[in-house]
Parts: sequence; C-alpha cells; structure tokens
Amino acid sequence: MATDTLDKKHTDTGTDNGSWEGAEYPFKVGYGKLMIWYFLLSDAFTFAGFLIAYGTLRFSTVSWPVPDFVFSTFPFLGPHHPLLFVTFMTFVLLFSSFTMIRAVQEGHRENRKGVVIWMALTIVGGAGFLGCQAWEWTTLIGEEHMSVTTSPFGRHTEAGIYLDATGKESSETFEMGTSYLIHKASFESAKPAGGHESGEVNEGGHETPTGEASHAAEGTAESHGNGAEAHGGHSYAAPGDYPDAVVDERGYIHRKYLVASGTDSGVIKSEPFGPKAFGALFFFITGFHGFHVFSGVIFLTIIMINVISGIYVKRKNKNEMVEKIGLYWHFVDLVWVFVFLVFYLL
Amino acid sequence: MSHDYSVAKKIALKTILILAVVTVIEVMVALTGKGYIIQGHHWPKALMNAIMIGGSLYKAYLIVFEFMHMKYEARGLMMSVVLPIGLLIWAIISFLYEGNAWKNNRLFVKEREKMEVTSQQ
Repeated sequence: MATDTLDKKHTDTGTDNGSWEGAEYPFKVGYGKLMIWYFLLSDAFTFAGFLIAYGTLRFSTVSWPVPDFVFSTFPFLGPHHPLLFVTFMTFVLLFSSFTMIRAVQEGHRENRKGVVIWMALTIVGGAGFLGCQAWEWTTLIGEEHMSVTTSPFGRHTEAGIYLDATGKESSETFEMGTSYLIHKASFESAKPAGGHESGEVNEGGHETPTGEASHAAEGTAESHGNGAEAHGGHSYAAPGDYPDAVVDERGYIHRKYLVASGTDSGVIKSEPFGPKAFGALFFFITGFHGFHVFSGVIFLTIIMINVISGIYVKRKNKNEMVEKIGLYWHFVDLVWVFVFLVFYLL
Repeated sequence: MSHDYSVAKKIALKTILILAVVTVIEVMVALTGKGYIIQGHHWPKALMNAIMIGGSLYKAYLIVFEFMHMKYEARGLMMSVVLPIGLLIWAIISFLYEGNAWKNNRLFVKEREKMEVTSQQ
C-alpha cells in the first residue's frame, strides 16, 4: 500500500526528480561535506569572537605593545628581525595547504599512492608549524618572561629620559609611543632561605652580587638588546628601589625615567607593565589555533592510514573523506591569515 | 568536477603563488611603513592598514573559493556559508567603537582626578 502511493507520487510529479523524497542531495554535496561546511562556519564565528575581543581590548588602552617589537626574534639570529619568523611560519602553513589540495586532487583521480604522498607532506608541514609555534612560545615565556597575566612588553605614553646608575639623566631618551621590554633580573641565589621575602633592599646582596645573578642580567640584556647598554653591567641582586630602576619581588626591572612631555613633565616614573590582557589574549588565541593545527595533524594521520588500508576505495566516492579533512585544513590556514593580520601585522 | 585534473593542478599552483606574493607584500608594507627598511621613512597608518586588511581579505577569498572549492559548489551552499559571515561586519564596528569609548572614559576619569587634586591644594 505504502509503496503504491510512493510510486504514484513519482509518476504524478513527472519533472520533479525526487527532491522531497531524499533521492537527491541538497546543494549537490554529501551530508558529511555539507555538515563540515557548517561546522567550519560556526568555528569561524568562535575565532571571530576571540579576535574581536582582542581588537576591543587593544582599542581600550593607550599602551598596547607594537607587534613588530614584540615578535622580533629569530632562531640563531636573535632579536631585531621583526616579523621574519612569523612570516616563515605563514609560509610553512601555506605550503601544507598546497600539498593538501594536491592530495584532494589525487583523491579525485583515485590515485591512492599520490594521496598518501601529498598527505604525508601535509602532516610534515603541520608538525613543522607546531614546532615553530613551540619555539615562539618558549622564547616569549622563557627569555622574555611573558605570562598569561604579566606582559613585560609595554609602550610609552609620553616622551622621557632614562636615569643612569647614579640617578641622573642618561643620554638615552625615548619618544612617545616607543615600545619597551621589561627585563628580568635573576636573584634566585640571593634570596633568603625559608622563602621569607619582602620589599626590603638586601644591602649585603647588593654589594656583593653573586656571579650567577650578574651573569643572568647580562644574558637577558644581550638577548633582547633594547637599550640594555645603559645598564652598564649593573646587576640587581635583590628586589628594591635603585637609583635607576625599581626591581619588583619577581625580579622585573622597571627602569626609571624623567618624563619630558605632557602634563607630568619633570616627574620621575618607572616603566609599568604592559596591558594585562596581552598575554592572555596571545596565548589563548594562538593556542586555540595551534590546537586546531594539532587536531588537524591527528585527523590527517588517521585518514592517511585509512587511505593506505584502501577503505575509501570501497566507498567509491572519490575519497570524499580526504576532501573533508582538506576543507578543515584549509580552514586552519584561513584562520591563520586573520590571526597573522590581527596579531602581527596591524 | 567542473574542470579536469591538469587544469586543477595549474590553478592550485597559481593560487599558492598568489597567496605567497600577497603575504610578502603585506609584510613588506608593515616593515617599510614603520621605518624598518628605509630609516626614518614612515607611511600613514590608515594606508598601511587598508593595504594589509585588503590583502588578507583577498587571501581569504582565494583560500575559500579556490582551495576549499567554494567556487564550484552549488550557489545555495555558497550563500548559506558566506552570507552569515556578513553579521561580523557590524560586530567589528560596534565592538571596536566600544573599546575606544572605554579608553576615552578612562582618560576622562584620570583627567578629573588630576583636576580635583590641584583644586584641593
């Protein structure tokens, strides 16, 4: 009975080739592919929300650090190579995007060997990108001492002159809008035993700085070189108020300066930390993107193994699974275009 | 497939080269405009931002329409994915405006605090 009516309907509609009966794919793509598109759309909104939050907070402060100052280190070459390393990272991801599309094209031809080779190269590219990001994070956390809540990168909101070790004006001046990095002194060995720490100046520790502490201070000065010469080998063995800087309990050296412009002209100030949200936004957004790359690498590996096993040949759908992971992988590249724009270029 | 294998291969190669060139141009604009390549040579911020945002949108178009094959999909699918993105236009404008308002309010409060201190003296 039921089949009867169905058959009748078919003949009745004539020109209708069954759109309402499930005989045809809406939008002419399979269910999985359609749904991965809608998943990517929702993911695009998630990333857009994060990047818009970044923009809002950046617009709300006057001391946001300039990206080409923050991201200027390169492996083996050190600082003063603005944006070079992130450009390299972008090329790694672009390369893997190209190998991915080649894998999809070979999949359409049912060329199993070609798919596996190009997918393997894509995995290498993705893993390479993750390695680059690991290096970038390590440098920011380990050498420049950035954390989720502390940004040693700041930006001057007025012009000024740095003070030297005797508390007098040095020859080093800066303009309004110049970015700075707050270096960190290492005085682990000078810390009193038992973890009893306070803001007091440890006189003895100051007079005879341990070799390790002075060495560490020189090391950080060399590693980022931003006007570090002015320290002139001056090392801080303990937290306290020095003529040329305030060293806080965690060892961050807030250099003192004489304000030379604006309403506070003539006042002596010490460099404050950069905007608190900077570290959280950077680590969270690039971390979230990195997590996408990481899960993409995992899925690529699984699907590549499936291709080798020949499971998609039996499905006879031109390796649609490769196409689906391809869509995801290109999306990860697409997000990076905007992360790159917002974090590193603007 | 609306085009055959060798044509698709050529398009992929061409697209990746355009993407690479646009990226290099963006970075060069960022560095030149901020005075890294020619000392003391600066470009207006608005011009630099326009080039970099325009370049990124073009890159996004190439990735979605060529690499992700959106160009060759049904029109309805394209519309259902691309049109909702338009919602972000207002989100960007309103939130950046909001952020700017926070900054102005903060500066205003700071100014007022200073005024009160001087009037007390």
